[in-house]
Amino acid sequence: MQAMNVVVCVKQIPDPAAPGALDPGTKNLVRSGKLILDDSDAYGVEMALQLADAAGGGDVTLVSMAPNGEVSGLRTALAMGAARAILVSDDALAGSDALSTAKVLAAAIRRAEPDLVLAATESTDGYTGTTPVQIAELLGLPSVTFAKKVEVADGSLKVERQTEAGYDEVECPLPALVTVTAGVVEPRYPSFKGIMAAKSKPVDTLTVADLGLDGDQVGAGGARQEVTDVVPAESRAAGELVVDEGEGHQRIIEFLEQLKVL
Amino acid sequence: MSVNTIWVLAELADGAPTATTLELASHARTLAGTVEAVAWGDGAAAIAGTLGEYGVTTVHDVGDLGGALPGAPVAAAIAAAVAAGTGPDAVLVPASYDGRDIAGRLSVKLDRPVLTNVVGLTAADGGLVTQHAIFGGTEILTARFTGDGPGIYVVRAKSFSAEPSGGAPATVAAAPAPDAGATNAARILARHVEERSGPKLDEADVVVSGGRGLGEKDQYALIEELAGLLHGAAGASRAIVDAGWVPYSHQVGQTGKTVKPTVYLACGISGATQHMVGMKNSKNIVAVNKDQDAPIFQVADLGIVGDVHKVLPKLIEALRTRS
Repeated sequence: MQAMNVVVCVKQIPDPAAPGALDPGTKNLVRSGKLILDDSDAYGVEMALQLADAAGGGDVTLVSMAPNGEVSGLRTALAMGAARAILVSDDALAGSDALSTAKVLAAAIRRAEPDLVLAATESTDGYTGTTPVQIAELLGLPSVTFAKKVEVADGSLKVERQTEAGYDEVECPLPALVTVTAGVVEPRYPSFKGIMAAKSKPVDTLTVADLGLDGDQVGAGGARQEVTDVVPAESRAAGELVVDEGEGHQRIIEFLEQLKVL
Repeated sequence: MSVNTIWVLAELADGAPTATTLELASHARTLAGTVEAVAWGDGAAAIAGTLGEYGVTTVHDVGDLGGALPGAPVAAAIAAAVAAGTGPDAVLVPASYDGRDIAGRLSVKLDRPVLTNVVGLTAADGGLVTQHAIFGGTEILTARFTGDGPGIYVVRAKSFSAEPSGGAPATVAAAPAPDAGATNAARILARHVEERSGPKLDEADVVVSGGRGLGEKDQYALIEELAGLLHGAAGASRAIVDAGWVPYSHQVGQTGKTVKPTVYLACGISGATQHMVGMKNSKNIVAVNKDQDAPIFQVADLGIVGDVHKVLPKLIEALRTRS
């Protein structure tokens, strides 16, 4: 058995239950309120903890990028059992495109020298879905995306990767990057002890300059894509509403008959 | 930047180009004078005829990948063409598992960002402008690339219609991938096809989806039975996929599949924005939910305010009697 260090990329996002909004000036997603751990990332954190356990040791390090030194989402993941976190927070990062974000995260991940990098397939708020693979390419790592099962044996990953038709069994040497789908493991709830311990776990807060990156390459100034407009979509009118009093199914059948589906 | 040449990533399923591949090729014809494709695997040459019918003139064949995942080698092959000055002005990528891998790696190789979740693409000011459905499809955001270099666009399924142009078979040109080193170290050991009865989720004429309102995992059997009786496919909301009730492959939504069936039947689904973006463009929507204020009713052509545990068994029984 060999200790395994795992980095989990986590995103702190606005509560998805609250309606989203764009800044009218910059047209960036508003991330000014309280941020929480993206639900999608809980699977990666859980997977990392399980893999480090199975390897007989090793640290789980969280890597995140967020405005205003936001750590509330990181504390949730630290309470689950991660050992420490690296947070990149810098006003210069506002408006970064996904490639710039990947460059920042890759530079931060490099410091942790991980054997394995885990991420969700995409974030719940921006859902660009390309950042993890961009990170892998920047770090020169192989990647296996959309994992629904992950095991490590003899320095090699065995992954079941979701496909259109079913799944592939994929083997990949470490170090590597893997993205995990939702539902791949059951994320643990932080215990009271875990929540207390999380308060004193180290969070290294870094700036763009700390990472040795050029400020011109990140943020809105470094972005090479721009939002030109946002308009309301053609809305779909609500139709007939029927309260079921035992005959609701009949109305569905009539509707399907009209459409000649039946 | 003017757009003269567009490359479409051509994905195969059962030896034929996927529906999204043909949608992208069809739409690319309206945007650029030359449409070419990039394909890989041992079946690449065999689809040159079909791709030609949809307006593709050349298929750049990366060839057999020797069990490698496509991300690294296919991105390397495209980047090599760009470096040699024979690459495209824009690359259209299906929003699929492999497509996203290729787009991410290509983005770094070309040092160009990616526009993902594209649902519309038009020519404007000598370049391309994308459309994206945001906040559950209630708003449409338009965006474009700035600076020089090819644009990489990851496009959602069913954003365009596939229309043949009656072109001649495409020419096949070998485009072997340069060595991608350690980034290409993953290997497929075995492929598993999951048993599926009935049509595919994203091709079905009728989709019956279940959500948290079903209450527990076992109740998803109602959805499967109803889908079977309607010769449709069974889908799911993210909530019950996250909960582990059904596999990810059933998920309809922002994460997951985009569907546009003739009838979408949402059962016990409240209509979170995450779900709506994947089904809102269905031709007809029927929703069953016990909460009269559920957002799903705002898009439903027919809404039944009721308990899925009462309505669905009766519906199933009535359909059984008919068949």
